[in-house]
Amino acid sequence: MVETIAAVGLPIDERLEIRKHRILPERPLEAAETAAAGRTAADAIRAGQIAAGAPGQAVVCTSGQGAGYASGQAAAYPPERMRRISIVTGIHGDELEGQYVCFELQRRIQAEKEHLAGIVDIYPAMNPLGIDSITRGIPSFDLDMNRTFPGDIDGNMTEYLAAKIIQDVAGSDCVLDIHASNIYLTEIPQIRINELHQERLVPLAQLANVDLIWVHGASTVLESTFAYSLNAIGTPVLVVEMGVGMRITKAYGDQMVDGIFSLMKALGIWRGEAKPVKDPIISRDPQDVCYLNASVGGLFLPSVAHGAWLKEGERIGQIVDPLRGEVLDEVLSPAEGMLFTIRDYPIVDEGSLMGRLLRKEACGRG
Amino acid sequence: MDKQVLYQLKGMYRDDFRVTGYRFGEGEPSVCIVGSSRGNEVQQIYCCSQLIKKFKQLEEEGRIMAGHQILVIPSINPYSMNIQKRFWPTDNTDINRMFPGYDLGETTQRIADGVFKAVAPYRFGIQFTSFYMPGDFVPHVRLMEEGFSDPKVAEQFGLPYVVIRKVRPYDTATLNYNWQVWDTQAFSLYTTTTAKIDQRGAGQAILAVMNFLSRQQIIRYSIPDRVEPRILLDTELISVRTARSGIFWALTKAGDQVEVGQPLAEILDPYEGDRLETLYAPVDGVVFFIHDEPLTYADTVVIKLVKG
Repeated sequence: MVETIAAVGLPIDERLEIRKHRILPERPLEAAETAAAGRTAADAIRAGQIAAGAPGQAVVCTSGQGAGYASGQAAAYPPERMRRISIVTGIHGDELEGQYVCFELQRRIQAEKEHLAGIVDIYPAMNPLGIDSITRGIPSFDLDMNRTFPGDIDGNMTEYLAAKIIQDVAGSDCVLDIHASNIYLTEIPQIRINELHQERLVPLAQLANVDLIWVHGASTVLESTFAYSLNAIGTPVLVVEMGVGMRITKAYGDQMVDGIFSLMKALGIWRGEAKPVKDPIISRDPQDVCYLNASVGGLFLPSVAHGAWLKEGERIGQIVDPLRGEVLDEVLSPAEGMLFTIRDYPIVDEGSLMGRLLRKEACGRG
Repeated sequence: MDKQVLYQLKGMYRDDFRVTGYRFGEGEPSVCIVGSSRGNEVQQIYCCSQLIKKFKQLEEEGRIMAGHQILVIPSINPYSMNIQKRFWPTDNTDINRMFPGYDLGETTQRIADGVFKAVAPYRFGIQFTSFYMPGDFVPHVRLMEEGFSDPKVAEQFGLPYVVIRKVRPYDTATLNYNWQVWDTQAFSLYTTTTAKIDQRGAGQAILAVMNFLSRQQIIRYSIPDRVEPRILLDTELISVRTARSGIFWALTKAGDQVEVGQPLAEILDPYEGDRLETLYAPVDGVVFFIHDEPLTYADTVVIKLVKG
């Protein structure tokens, strides 16, 4: 069922509508029982009681699998009795990786709908005008939507929309906020977690089939993000970064969909099969990450692949001057480790980020 | 006067990016004035250009007091101004959300760092800035709540209003916020316009800076009788919002005294011209801010009033 969660009139014969698709199980009564049975397990996951580095244990948590069917009583159980996962994307209009995830997740759910035992809410376009106009922020305001949360129901249009979004998503048992870096950088599938919320979120993130969980420092500026605002009121949000802006990386999308099934299974929302998930690297120390900023403006030509394992001093690429045909800088790896971010957009200014390297110690190879 | 390049980045196909400063007087770093940080802040650069003209004259006439040095930076973002883009040309980041900056960080963090190193030592910091919504203001001075800046000192600008801003998370990366974190009394000057030059509004803002410097005994300048400003919190401003979207037809302007029930603006149907909505003054007061674009969205604050 497609619902409009927020709408405002635009000046000329158009309404801005933010929509979600709510997918409900075929047999809500059974789903509610499954949810009740799975509650203890899911709460244990969220409370951090699943051991780190043992993502396979997630499957054990679906204790509702044996519940019997009770057809014909579906209407007796309202949706609020069921567990709910929310897939959110499109807060930044130039990040499209989540679009494929939304489609593919639904395709796979529909193919085995009988295994759905909870609610799946899909929000593919939180910033519809941005997506439609290839604009990162909210067009005409030049405002980053991910700095407007939690919003204000009595505030301006942008604050009102943010408040309506929070209102609708709040209460989910798990939320994935899928981003795609930006148009400049490509990222391996990762989940970023504010250190303030790590205790609760890291165990959930370990089920999501990502390569890296990056626990970062708290920052006042980030308090106006979608994820922070919901985490602060007790709705767990995992911020996914993967791929690159304006493009779809199908392999990453498929990886993420597998991760969502794993999460759904752990939360008692999915009773079918879920593939085993990756054992992610967890980085908690800011010193784990080396930032590669351009020493000079020019054209960045990478010479290694994204995700490559690099030795200290190994060449990552060059910054060149196409006008004079000169090499302006050799970009060398500052340490041994994995290049988990690489620049996709070739032009750099002095200071532009060309990549990020995770030191070998953080990758478990120290 | 000493004209100096305070920060420089090498351009690839463009001329080098330069932040240029003008120093007047000698002695302790007393006051730093910063103009445009975004590409559309034309009124802000214009105000600084007029101040530089004034300070040149004052310096020649020996009216900058001994022991005081003034720095004016007309623009910290000429690259964006030259291509008429509000934020940084390549990655659309806002330099005024990058303070105090980071010298090993990304481009706009480096610019912020370079600028901040130059402006941080000053006792007073004045920034000409703009609002994210398009509109005209009554000229006023703003400072952060619970900061280092003193509202009583802000009164010395002689503008009719001093607004104390409740700090939002995104404010913490602005120049104003970081100035006062590092013990500079920081004031943001909101003049009437942003993307177009309003001579009268600019004149008021320039006079306000001259008043302030004169009262701080940094310059010798004959100032008019002091107007008693009103100090208010930004949360005290009364918002008037649209219920409908369409063509915005203002019936009043910034600075007007209005009475409760007075029509302030109309929203017109953009296809048929009919009046969809009339916005009325909910209180007696002064129009502090008014939207200045021809179209408006629904649920948008288009007017702010100061009660009284």
